[in-house]
Amino acid sequence: MFQKMSFYKILVALILSMLLVAACAPTATPTAESVAVPTQAPPTKAPKLAFTNTEIQQPQEMILATTSSTQDSGLLDYLLPDFDKEFNIKTKVIAVGSGQALQMGKDGDADVLLIHSPAAEKEFMDAGDGVRREDVMYNDFVIVGPAEDPAKITGLKTSVDAFKAIAESESKFVSRGDDSGTHVKEKNIWKKAELEPVGDWYVSAGQNMGAVLTMADELQGYTLSDRATYLAFLQQGLSLKIMVEGDSSLLNPYGVIAVNPAKSPKIRNDLANQFIDWIISIPVQEKIQVFKKEELGQSLFYPSSKLWQEAK
Amino acid sequence: MQQLLDGILEGLRLLFTGDAVLWEIIYLSGRISGIALVISAVLGIPFGAFLGLARFRGRRLVQAIVYTGMGLPPVVVGLAVYLLLSRSGILGHLNWSWIPQLFTVPAMIVAQVIIATPLVVGYTMAAVSEVNPDLRIQVRSLGATPLQITLAVLCEARLGIIVALVGGLGSIISEVGAVMMVGGNIEGSTRVLTTAIMLETRRGNLDLAIGLGMVLLLLAFLINFGVTQLQGKGN
Repeated sequence: MFQKMSFYKILVALILSMLLVAACAPTATPTAESVAVPTQAPPTKAPKLAFTNTEIQQPQEMILATTSSTQDSGLLDYLLPDFDKEFNIKTKVIAVGSGQALQMGKDGDADVLLIHSPAAEKEFMDAGDGVRREDVMYNDFVIVGPAEDPAKITGLKTSVDAFKAIAESESKFVSRGDDSGTHVKEKNIWKKAELEPVGDWYVSAGQNMGAVLTMADELQGYTLSDRATYLAFLQQGLSLKIMVEGDSSLLNPYGVIAVNPAKSPKIRNDLANQFIDWIISIPVQEKIQVFKKEELGQSLFYPSSKLWQEAK
Repeated sequence: MQQLLDGILEGLRLLFTGDAVLWEIIYLSGRISGIALVISAVLGIPFGAFLGLARFRGRRLVQAIVYTGMGLPPVVVGLAVYLLLSRSGILGHLNWSWIPQLFTVPAMIVAQVIIATPLVVGYTMAAVSEVNPDLRIQVRSLGATPLQITLAVLCEARLGIIVALVGGLGSIISEVGAVMMVGGNIEGSTRVLTTAIMLETRRGNLDLAIGLGMVLLLLAFLINFGVTQLQGKGN
């Protein structure tokens, strides 16, 4: 009998403690209620007023599917709070590869996309999956490698020449291998160089940029990286050096796309358009230009919206 | 080596300075996995007890299915839930309001329940089967109903059932593949400890990643320590 009691005590205690944790849930989102309370203070007014106030103050939610580079570089953390505050929107950022972001658009699982995969973006628009596309900004890719430079690519003018030298010397090359914008870029360069990268020297990692940079560093191999992620990892003690940069084929343009609202009744096309209008506006473009500029001595992203170019 | 040291110091600093973001992530991890575990327990303990005690045709087949479920790769669960709940998925496009949406806490709970329930069922089944069969005969001879018999057996198997719950909790709180896919790692709403570790590693903030990793280890230790204490009292 005693044993039975203690078992129940344990079970009840376990479940109670979990329910307690669960019951505390509303404290996570106290903003709407706590703001609404003062409006209820004059009890003579009808409570209906307070209710409508709560509704107005509840932020509207929008899903932004983007590439990991915009999140990992810290750009979105720097830009988005202004947008959310100005329009009372809660932007939910899903950072994935460009490939998955486009798929999320096709499936109607996102309202707006911010990605860098120009050819795939064009396909997406042509298929009617998106209703509006605007240029936002660009940054560039760099070819990085170990200081010993076994393929002797330092100082080569074009990415194609560099890739040819790496393939000929069969030096280790780590590829993203995940159909991200960066991976698509890399495949295009191999194509231009008329090479099929196969062999022990070519490592297809299937991982994000940070992991690939770390892997290339450990293997003392080369890789293609966006400048933002490379600089972030350089500060963390990465030993790879920039070997080839500045080639026009290494530019990396970002576009913003409003997903076709016909995909799902839940898609917020109004908010998507609001976001696009906001991010291509001159003040935000200026903010993009100065992002981390002082800290790193160079801009990470360069604005390129139509409005910005017209103003220049 | 220096990096690891820095990370450990950073982890301690975060924990003891009561960093608001960190505590929110810890709270969210605990809340999501806690709710998922309660649901798994409610579903899994009765079903596990039934499978352990009842004798019926096809019992071995069901047991084999449960054992397979115990080894379900979380990433596959994540993918399946993702495809089901996507707005163009089988459930998602029905647009029923009670079906959780992708990239929300309920969607993560669904995935975790699917991962944890087979574990709870399997461990409960094993624990119940190990109880001396004489107990059932004895209790029945005292005039107990089938429900009372089951409860008596469950009491006898209580340690095994606690292990079942802890095993379930451990598997979901430390899981990253499914919650990343289904939750989307949204700051302040679906970012939990494991996905935060992934993000900070990706960002190159290895100190912070190691710090978060330590928090996760510490949590796991506290849970297990609590359980061994309970077990001590149970004996």
